[in-house]
Amino acid sequence: MLWVENLTGGYGPVQVVQGLSFEVAAGEVVVILGANGSGKTTTLRTISGMIHGRGTVTFDGTSLLGKRPDQIVRMGIAHVPQGRGTITDLTVEENLRLGAYVRADREVEEDIEQWCAVFPRLGERRDQPAGSMSGGEQQMLAIARALMSKPKLLLLDEPSLGLAPLVTREVFEKLESINRETGAAVLVVEQNAGLALGISSRGYVLETGQIVAQGSSEELSTDEAVRQAYLGY
Amino acid sequence: MMVTALLAEEVSALTNFLQYTFLGLQKGAVYATIALALVIIFRVSGILNFAQGEMATFSTFITWAIWGDGRVPIWAALALSLVVSFALGASIERLVIRPVSKKAAGNPLPIVIATIGLYLAFSALAPAIWGTDAKRFPTLFGEGSLSLAGASISYQTLGTLAVLAVVVGLLFVLFQKTKIGLAMRGVASNAESASLVGVSVGSVLMLGWALSSAMGCMAGALTANVGLNGALMIAPLIYAFAAATLGGFDSPAGAVVGGLIVGLVAEYSADYLAEVPFTTITFIGEQLRIFPAFLLILVVLLVRPQGLFGKPQVTRV
Amino acid sequence: MTAAAAPSELPDTSSEVPTRPNRKALMIKTVLCVVGAVVLIQMPLLMDRSTTQRLTQVLAIAVAVLGLNLLTGFNGQISVGHSAFMGIGAYATAIMMARHESPFILTMMVAMVVAFAVGVVVGLPALRIRGVYLALVTLALAAMFPQLVVRFSGLTGGSTGITLEDTQQVTTPQPVNDLFKSLTGSRLLDNQYRYYLALVVAVVCFVLVRNLVKSRVGRALIAIRDNETPAEVLGVNVGAYKVATFGVSAMLAAIGGSLFVMNADQAVPSEFGIQVSIELLTAVVVGGVATFVGPAVGALALVYVSDLFPKEHPEYAPVLFGLTLIVLMIISPGGIVGLAKQGWARLVRSRSA
Repeated sequence: MLWVENLTGGYGPVQVVQGLSFEVAAGEVVVILGANGSGKTTTLRTISGMIHGRGTVTFDGTSLLGKRPDQIVRMGIAHVPQGRGTITDLTVEENLRLGAYVRADREVEEDIEQWCAVFPRLGERRDQPAGSMSGGEQQMLAIARALMSKPKLLLLDEPSLGLAPLVTREVFEKLESINRETGAAVLVVEQNAGLALGISSRGYVLETGQIVAQGSSEELSTDEAVRQAYLGY
Repeated sequence: MMVTALLAEEVSALTNFLQYTFLGLQKGAVYATIALALVIIFRVSGILNFAQGEMATFSTFITWAIWGDGRVPIWAALALSLVVSFALGASIERLVIRPVSKKAAGNPLPIVIATIGLYLAFSALAPAIWGTDAKRFPTLFGEGSLSLAGASISYQTLGTLAVLAVVVGLLFVLFQKTKIGLAMRGVASNAESASLVGVSVGSVLMLGWALSSAMGCMAGALTANVGLNGALMIAPLIYAFAAATLGGFDSPAGAVVGGLIVGLVAEYSADYLAEVPFTTITFIGEQLRIFPAFLLILVVLLVRPQGLFGKPQVTRV
Repeated sequence: MTAAAAPSELPDTSSEVPTRPNRKALMIKTVLCVVGAVVLIQMPLLMDRSTTQRLTQVLAIAVAVLGLNLLTGFNGQISVGHSAFMGIGAYATAIMMARHESPFILTMMVAMVVAFAVGVVVGLPALRIRGVYLALVTLALAAMFPQLVVRFSGLTGGSTGITLEDTQQVTTPQPVNDLFKSLTGSRLLDNQYRYYLALVVAVVCFVLVRNLVKSRVGRALIAIRDNETPAEVLGVNVGAYKVATFGVSAMLAAIGGSLFVMNADQAVPSEFGIQVSIELLTAVVVGGVATFVGPAVGALALVYVSDLFPKEHPEYAPVLFGLTLIVLMIISPGGIVGLAKQGWARLVRSRSA
């Protein structure tokens, strides 16, 4: 579904990502592991049109490079950025409603109810400004908001960042069930390899802008180098 | 005898007070409308539009030209001019502001200079096309007035306040009840996140400039009955800046309240402080009774640097 | 002047790539500096009276723009009130020379002290108020200055202003004239003397500002502009620096105002209104924000821009000026100096290739 080949991208003259190739199939959960500065965020931002990239990026056969972020959302890709990107001045409900911005159908209200049921804390805080919530709640809101666009592919940028271990676990459990129930493919970039490999079927390892290893999640979690670098045992 | 004289004095003091209040509210409503226009652009894009006043003057000249001294009913002329101004505002965003912002890469100064360029161009364009003499412009709401406790409140005053109320009402519906309004608030708060849910930030900015331009057109039509010339909006723009600063540059409610306060303070001080130095000052031919208003604003800012209704800025390391 | 080393907040990638300080570039720069100096010195001797006066006006405005550039370009505080500081300088000189027949240099020094003090007072709110809100405070100052002048008409001559009588004007001092005559054989005309006086003052100001910006203090100013909070963390006294910069910037604007009156022989309140503040800000950006040559280029552009437009329809000149500003900002947000840097980088690249 998402096909990336020989992708190069970065800010100004600095090329953070140097010739990446990977793919995500429909309905699949894929993880890209990498340390700080390895190019994870740049990769996602290039896919969602926030920064310019070179190479090949196609989604269901259509090239994404050169398209604006809002056009890419309309094609069915939702990006939950690093640091969550909740719109803090809007209420929880308004954030969700804005998530459905690209939709023209009449089921938006039902979907808001549905996601408030999946994430009960959002339902409790519907009319509060998103900025007043905790980090974990904002991460849930960011994911729910992304799902409001009914994406075929969900991009997640370090959802565990700044969250307590217990909250992180909850986020990943929700992701797993969302993938199962909606059938949306998930591409998650993470440093927290343990949880990410737990919910994914395949993974890639990114170092200084290049893929250095890939394989099924099982293979990767038993790989010596991955274990030392990302699992810490 | 003494008692009646005193009473009469008190009554006339009250009458005077009401008279200044009405006048202050009328002017304040115009300042509020322009301040709202400034705030809308500032909220969605962080840009201070120095050309807001001159764009409004130009729009008013367009209204005047369509009106053609009564050839077309003034309200029809105004409606048409609002549409033209709306399109003008959108084109300015698309053709001037967007390319400059793109090149400026986060530095506000080139955009400030571009709005100054617009200011210069528009301030000269209207007199160059239509001449520098003052033009006759009709009173939108007729010449009559009501009497209230000895003071007269003109239809123009009532109409101006009604227009402000309608503008505020429409903006409220737009921002709170519509999808595009929600998108505008999203862009104002976090443009990147808004674009990640599929909002076209460019379209939102265009809409913001278009709305502001149309509001300037409205404000111009409300004031031009004093005589339309190129300097129409110079003083009101400064008052509107003051109003937006007082209310908080990121707050539409603040712009309205700030506009009315600035209008009232300027009007009261013109009379009650007439004998106090510096309080009545002239500026480019127009009475600029802004010193007390400025002083008030300075005090407010020292206590609340973000204005009365503004959000405090959070600094992150 | 090593243009490449000038801190610019604009990401100008084209000039960053190939400027290694090679010997050829250094030589070209030295030649340019020498040629520039010769032109500046020869100018009044070759030009007619009105041109010389206009160039003196450019120098006066350049010093004021230099002051605003220090504040806005290097310290990141936008002021729309510098016309008032220029006016303070202008009126200090006009009043002292017309009423007390004081020597010009003395009036300029008084102007500097007064403007520094007022600048510090105006800068104080900047400790709490920033961004657009501070711009409004300075806008208020610009709006009020002409009114204050009219209010104190006994001292300032009101709206008609102060005109210096022939005997009160700045003329070539006898010893200077004698020296000049012994060197060249001809008299040094008053307008030529005024030009050189303004040139010396301007050069001194430019050199001092350049040294200031390149010193530790200058690095602190730039650190504050780029991000205030980390600067504070690093131990920079942000408040003191901001207020002092405001004072120094106001002082430079006042020097510009003094020179302006010395050249024009009069001070009129309408010449120091909001419009002038906007023009000064425009000159800062048109020249090149946070550069050293920028203010001079900006001032030159400001004074001579009207000559560029067709004379048949003078009413359209501001329209063309406005459009020119917009186009310049689209092509080069770094102003004319930024444009020159782009051209220079291209030149160096094509030579070395």
